Amino acid sequence: MTTHPSEKKSRFDPEPMPRRDFLGLAALGSMIAAFTLSIFGMLKLPKAAVSASPAKKFNVALPDTLPEGEAFVPPGRNVAVFRDGEGVFAISTVCTHLGCIVKTSSAGFDCPCHGSGFQKDGTVRKGPAPKPLPWLKVSKNGGVLTIDEEANVKTGTKV
Amino acid sequence: MAADGYSALHEFWLNLRAIPNHVYRAMFRGGPPKTDRTRSSFIFGNVFLHLHSVRTHLWSLRWSTTMGLGIMTTAAFLITLITGILLMFYYKPYPDVAYQSIKDIHFIVPTGRFMRNIHRWAANVMVIAVILHMARAFYTASYRKPREFNWFIGWGLLVTTLGLSFTGYLLPWDQLAYWAITIGANIAQSPREITDALGITAWADIGGLQREILLGSDKVGEEALIRFYLLHVMILPLALVMLMAVHFWRIRKDGGLAKPANADELVAEEAKEFYPVFTDVPTKTYHLAAVVKGKTAAVGSGPEHTVPSMPHLFYAELGVLMLTTLICVVLAFVSDAPLKELANPLVPENPAKAPWYFLGLQEIVSFSAFMGGIGIPMLCVIGLGLIPFLDREKEGTGEWFGGPGGWKLVKWSVVVGFAASIGVEAFAIYFGWLREWFPDIPQLFITFINPGTVLTAIYAAYSIWAVRKYNSTRAGALALFTCFLCGFIVLTVIGTYFRGPNWDFFWSPSDWGGH
Repeated sequence: MTTHPSEKKSRFDPEPMPRRDFLGLAALGSMIAAFTLSIFGMLKLPKAAVSASPAKKFNVALPDTLPEGEAFVPPGRNVAVFRDGEGVFAISTVCTHLGCIVKTSSAGFDCPCHGSGFQKDGTVRKGPAPKPLPWLKVSKNGGVLTIDEEANVKTGTKV
Repeated sequence: MAADGYSALHEFWLNLRAIPNHVYRAMFRGGPPKTDRTRSSFIFGNVFLHLHSVRTHLWSLRWSTTMGLGIMTTAAFLITLITGILLMFYYKPYPDVAYQSIKDIHFIVPTGRFMRNIHRWAANVMVIAVILHMARAFYTASYRKPREFNWFIGWGLLVTTLGLSFTGYLLPWDQLAYWAITIGANIAQSPREITDALGITAWADIGGLQREILLGSDKVGEEALIRFYLLHVMILPLALVMLMAVHFWRIRKDGGLAKPANADELVAEEAKEFYPVFTDVPTKTYHLAAVVKGKTAAVGSGPEHTVPSMPHLFYAELGVLMLTTLICVVLAFVSDAPLKELANPLVPENPAKAPWYFLGLQEIVSFSAFMGGIGIPMLCVIGLGLIPFLDREKEGTGEWFGGPGGWKLVKWSVVVGFAASIGVEAFAIYFGWLREWFPDIPQLFITFINPGTVLTAIYAAYSIWAVRKYNSTRAGALALFTCFLCGFIVLTVIGTYFRGPNWDFFWSPSDWGGH
């Protein structure tokens, strides 16, 4: 119902929204907005700025006797390092399905958790794994290899 | 000035003597609970007991109405709460130290092993009871108006219960714990399966964010352990207690348990044995009055066919509490909670299995991480929550397998549910799946077409058939719920007993061989 401002109002014929109600609602709205924003602020806390895990880059020296096609697993690392005629390469042994550690087998790699299988070059052979095992960046400094678990390279990159 | 001519010192002496009696009387606002009226007033005026209605309908007290499953869940929770607090005296949430402290609890702490066993068994009883309780509420159509919101709260309680079980699983920090949580955390990351396939992970890495917030790091380590501990002993129990309070309160406010329309006639014979309600006229009627939703006004007629909750309902509740305690204690005597070797992030358990109630999930996760771990479970969980808002029918409320189709439809759904899940599983185990036949198939195909999604589609199609045949949403819900329950059982059994090393199929765990 519209009423002309000059008309006298009774309590039976109120304004569409009295000024006090408007101010009250505005205060309530701003309070809700402030608390909602503060929740977003608080949610920043659980997301760690620095990850409490050991360095992802490490040095390793391959044993001279490592046969071609056999994996060398640096102690404490989920990485398999190989050497063949073309050079050295490293493949991550963390299954791309749900993060279990794959084992080398005659067919390549096999995951104990949900039966994913990978070829010797890390491409998926069977099972639920959505992606091939990533190849990791390897750099040579004389006889020592530096492997970076966070840097992936194209499958087939050997140094 | 002392009254009655006694000296003040003598009156002090009398007061001193009367302390036990006066404290006892001061506990009850309406006098000691010795008559039906004072008992009612006691329940109504007590902060814990007033979650109950003061009178209970005879129908609600029947064993077949609820089978005591809700109370059993509550009892199991109380047992885990008490034993859990005891375990917290010695448990230290830090990698490796945690494992040692569990060993201490198991081998050195007096009664520690027993308490840990009871804690573990009560947690299992709670999970089973909460699932059965949900099934009871579903099959008796108790979720309908005005109880929709309470079904919703119950749904929250189910999710919280599973969360409590899952977070508790990491705390021993043994191989079992470590790898189950690694798998769980990677399931949280599995939306990457979709974002990778679409090539948008760099901009919208929902999966990676979920995993990072859950673990507080990029692997299961000290941060993850303290987070799971915090969730397990603080956040989730608090949430559970709050939801429980609302859940119980709403039972009373929604007019007690759901009853069939003719419940009064059904209990008429029993009701004759009980003293009529309003012979002892309440002095303060407002004390007993409460605003309860109902179709008929109860003015002028006493709440007949009801009995005082104290003692009738309380005896029933305490009986279930005793039974639950007995079950947990006996199981704790017979079977120890497992503790494997110290967690080793380099060598996974083979097979690495989650708690048994997640093994059905693990079975479908072994087809696709995203669909099995997030897609299908979310579909089930959302579907469950929405049941009362989709089925707005009236027929069969409060009756077992009530509604169009009834028991006959449920029977057929059991057959379909078992046949389809066993069939699909047998096919996948025997013939393999898409990747074995077409090695270069894109991942998106496998994500969306795998034994898990095929089974879901079969169940959905069958339920749509049921909706059309009986021209009723309730019939479809009966069919779908029953199918999913059967599928859950089949997948859990296969995951538990028929999956061995490398998640290969074995007829028996004795065939697993050395690994």
